[in-house]
Amino acid sequence: MANTPDYSWPPMETRQVMGQNIKRLDGPQKSAGRAKYTSDFTRKDLLFAAYQTSPYAHARVTKVDTTPAERMPGVKAVQVVSPAGTEVQWEGTEIVAVAAVTEEIATEAVGKIKVEYEVLPHLVREDDLTKAGTHVKAAGEKTVGDPEQAFQQAEVTSDGHYGIPVVTHCCLETHGQVIEWRGDHVNCWPSTQDVTRYAGTLAPNLKVPVANIDVRMDYVGGGFGSKFAPDSWGEVCARLSQKAGGAPVKLFLDRATEQLIAGNRPSAYAKIKLGGKKDGTITAWQSESWATGGVTGGGSPPLPYIIANIPNQRQNHSAVSVNCGPQRAWRAPNNQQASYLTCCAIEDFAAKAALDPLEVFKTNLNLYAPEARRATYAWQLDKAAELAEWKQLWKLRGQGSKGAVKRGLGIGFNAWAGMGHNSQCRAIIHADGSVEIEIGTQDLGTGTRTIITQVAAETFGLPVGAVGLTIGSNQLPPDSASGGSTTVGGVSASTRKASVNALAKLYEAAAPALGVEPAQLEARGGKIQVKGGGKSLTWAEACRKIGGGGSISETGANDSRNPGGLIAAGASGIQIADVSVDTETGVVKVNRYVAVQDCGLIINPRLAESQVYGAIIMGISTALFEQRVMDEQTGRMLNADMEFYKLAGISDIGDIVVHMDIRPENDKRGVIGLGEPPAIAICAAIGNAVANAIGVRVPRIPMTPDHVLDTLDGRAV
Amino acid sequence: MQNFEYANPASLQQATALLAAKWGETDVLAGGTDLLSLMKEEIHTPKRVVNIKSIPELAGIRKAGAQVHIGALVTMDELAGSGDVPHALAAAAAGVPSPQIRHMGTVGGDLCQRPRCWYFRQGHGLLATKDGKPLIPNGENQYHAIFGGGPAYFVSASSLGPALIALNARIKLVSAKGSRELPVKEFFIQPKDDATREIALRPDEILTEIIVPAATHSSTYEVRQREALDWPLATASVALSMKGNTVAAARIVMGHVAPTPWESAAAAKALVGKPVNEETAQAAGKAAVAGAHPLSHNAYKVQLAKVAVKRALLDAVQARA
Repeated sequence: MANTPDYSWPPMETRQVMGQNIKRLDGPQKSAGRAKYTSDFTRKDLLFAAYQTSPYAHARVTKVDTTPAERMPGVKAVQVVSPAGTEVQWEGTEIVAVAAVTEEIATEAVGKIKVEYEVLPHLVREDDLTKAGTHVKAAGEKTVGDPEQAFQQAEVTSDGHYGIPVVTHCCLETHGQVIEWRGDHVNCWPSTQDVTRYAGTLAPNLKVPVANIDVRMDYVGGGFGSKFAPDSWGEVCARLSQKAGGAPVKLFLDRATEQLIAGNRPSAYAKIKLGGKKDGTITAWQSESWATGGVTGGGSPPLPYIIANIPNQRQNHSAVSVNCGPQRAWRAPNNQQASYLTCCAIEDFAAKAALDPLEVFKTNLNLYAPEARRATYAWQLDKAAELAEWKQLWKLRGQGSKGAVKRGLGIGFNAWAGMGHNSQCRAIIHADGSVEIEIGTQDLGTGTRTIITQVAAETFGLPVGAVGLTIGSNQLPPDSASGGSTTVGGVSASTRKASVNALAKLYEAAAPALGVEPAQLEARGGKIQVKGGGKSLTWAEACRKIGGGGSISETGANDSRNPGGLIAAGASGIQIADVSVDTETGVVKVNRYVAVQDCGLIINPRLAESQVYGAIIMGISTALFEQRVMDEQTGRMLNADMEFYKLAGISDIGDIVVHMDIRPENDKRGVIGLGEPPAIAICAAIGNAVANAIGVRVPRIPMTPDHVLDTLDGRAV
Repeated sequence: MQNFEYANPASLQQATALLAAKWGETDVLAGGTDLLSLMKEEIHTPKRVVNIKSIPELAGIRKAGAQVHIGALVTMDELAGSGDVPHALAAAAAGVPSPQIRHMGTVGGDLCQRPRCWYFRQGHGLLATKDGKPLIPNGENQYHAIFGGGPAYFVSASSLGPALIALNARIKLVSAKGSRELPVKEFFIQPKDDATREIALRPDEILTEIIVPAATHSSTYEVRQREALDWPLATASVALSMKGNTVAAARIVMGHVAPTPWESAAAAKALVGKPVNEETAQAAGKAAVAGAHPLSHNAYKVQLAKVAVKRALLDAVQARA
């Protein structure tokens, strides 16, 4: 083709399908239970696998005797994962797995395997740094400007200490897969965020060519950043199938093991001092922070978050190694922690200066946020304040309501990149008029199916019902992992390009019948017509020109390094929490939660809003309830369940008000990912609202009655 | 979960004949909301499970004069919705977390359920020890006892127990050998060793019914963080005999603060002869927690128990439609 086709998005005002609140296409399947997740997989010859895991946080395996399991009728395969000599570094480490004809036999058999340990010393808590001893490693010091002088000259200084604990991902569908290894072919049905690369990651361990590994997944029950790789259980599952003569084996983690080893978000703790002027301008930042993400330490929140250009800074950060399951990416890794620590410090500074924090946030974002985002934050602060009725409801810290129940408001901010990932799409137009779109991507429940279909339908001038879509297989054009809020950008760009390319071929087929050049045609309203009106063919008539039995099949690709104007990076948002705190019981309730969020061009406002709702619900859950409780005496997690690992229920959420910032200047930037940014600032906003309500800072998330009452009564939190 | 024999008797007589004389051999299944978790975690590994749901005589709420007989199989939902039981009891049942548990969970199950203590549920026994040393005093005791003084530090999980004690209810227990009745207060036990159960039920007995006297002024208040499934942090149930506007007699029982429901005579005494108002209710709350001995992480529960008593008292004297 001589000229590069014009892939650019149709102007906002001419869009027919994009921008519409199309209902989630797989909604009926999901709500009626017809959507089959991998964990629903069933087949007559299916074997069930179970693990025995380490009850110790730190130990050396000295003996694994599998004979009791091997002797049991119904047991088809036994796979030792941690043989004698292995040093176990956290509770829940997989020791041995058994596959059997029923789940009950597998569980019973694996329980009979005798494992002996030499127990070694452990550390499982990092919240008190003074008790962490040699587990603490320096992880970065930084000085900017002259912090000493800046603090000396400061008109206002504020001090605070803050903490946000380890939380787990709590995917409703635990990690796992079904695998059958028949001859030299391996068929995998994983629960994954990365259908395309699953085979490539698994293949070297199995020593099977990637080409011989088939991967399929229709639905996944949550990932949040914890399901990128096949993991050790992928390989173990394959080995069990191999040993069992190729029968499919289903290996899913039980809830406790899921909580222990399948991912968690690192903690972060900090002592932060701010200095600045009476007008609210911050001039100096000092922080001593520490965090853990497991044995390797980890967790390094970028401080100060967003207001990174404070001219004078002194920071030091330590990583604490604990004998707990390893961290994984958790919906905007490092950002919730950084947002919490930074926004709380700003709020405390504003309270110390007796200023309205709305103004203090505005002043400092305007001075120190990345230049491209400053105007957006200023607009969003005003919009969020309007929706939260800030002017009417906000009172100086602790000056609010009389009586036991105190109301307060608090602010948090977020930022995220969200550039679309590499993606390829195939668009097929058949001579009978039917249309298929194929991408090897996955829909994490975010609405990916729906937005791909909308982009294709928009391009072809068809309703969404006329476009078929296949995703969820590595036999399709390759996509990438759904992580980092990159999917919507990747798949929308590749779909747009593939669809434009296919349409160009259809124009070539149809043009002679209309007596014009292909370039004079457009697809609108179910027709292929001459631009500016005039002659037209219906979509079906035009497709018949492809020729009997023929098809057009064209591909399109998004290259994240060269996005070509369809997509962009850089979303930001402001959120305001309005809470009530019962100071007699310490119970915090969210009255209203306001989120103002931009994410560029929005393909489906309803689904975009749903993403923000989901993020806020997840965030409120972490702000009020969630924490991993570790017992130093036994080295074990005490709430590796969903009973004492508390998640918010629907009546714990309060009212959520979402305002998508769809001003034309944002639309022009193209599509930007949205999964992560709205999940970042919730602990910050709620923490600040609680401080505003009760007059003192509750230093540690979650805002539980013990943390709130201990703070009010002057006990250590 | 280990394999077990499942028995489905149609009468109380058949059921009691199926129960063993030793704990650990047999378990009784009603709503199953606790037993199934215990069996999955292998905290209970009964050889036989005796389902009592098909026994008609254990169902239903029956009024007899000034008393109400509540069958062991009555669910929390039925109890919460019954107009025949005192308010403190209906409110306690309504407070049981999650519609699923209220729908399945029974009166008998509520009274016989095992402690939720996470050390107990991880297999460290009722007294929660490791290598002979108690884990709770220096451990994660944020949900544990502030009364009782050990060596048991778990809290009684019963939602109805405090209300039934405040209402002076009695409990009926039946075995193959006969039946006995005792005040609900005597049903709960503070174990001094791991072998003792926290309730007076014998392994070969079935709890068949509760007999509750009428009460005009009673209430239950619970402090619970989540609206979704969550166990209370502290509760209080109160029953008052009023003489005009003043309290003639009172029973005040706190829940989730000790290995048994914890009655406070001091709180009752503080109220007698006085009207119930913010001031007297607060004083009663204060008296109720005077003897509390919190552990390292649960001092906040003293405040919660205090406010639960206050709010239950204020609610008990509210006029109800």
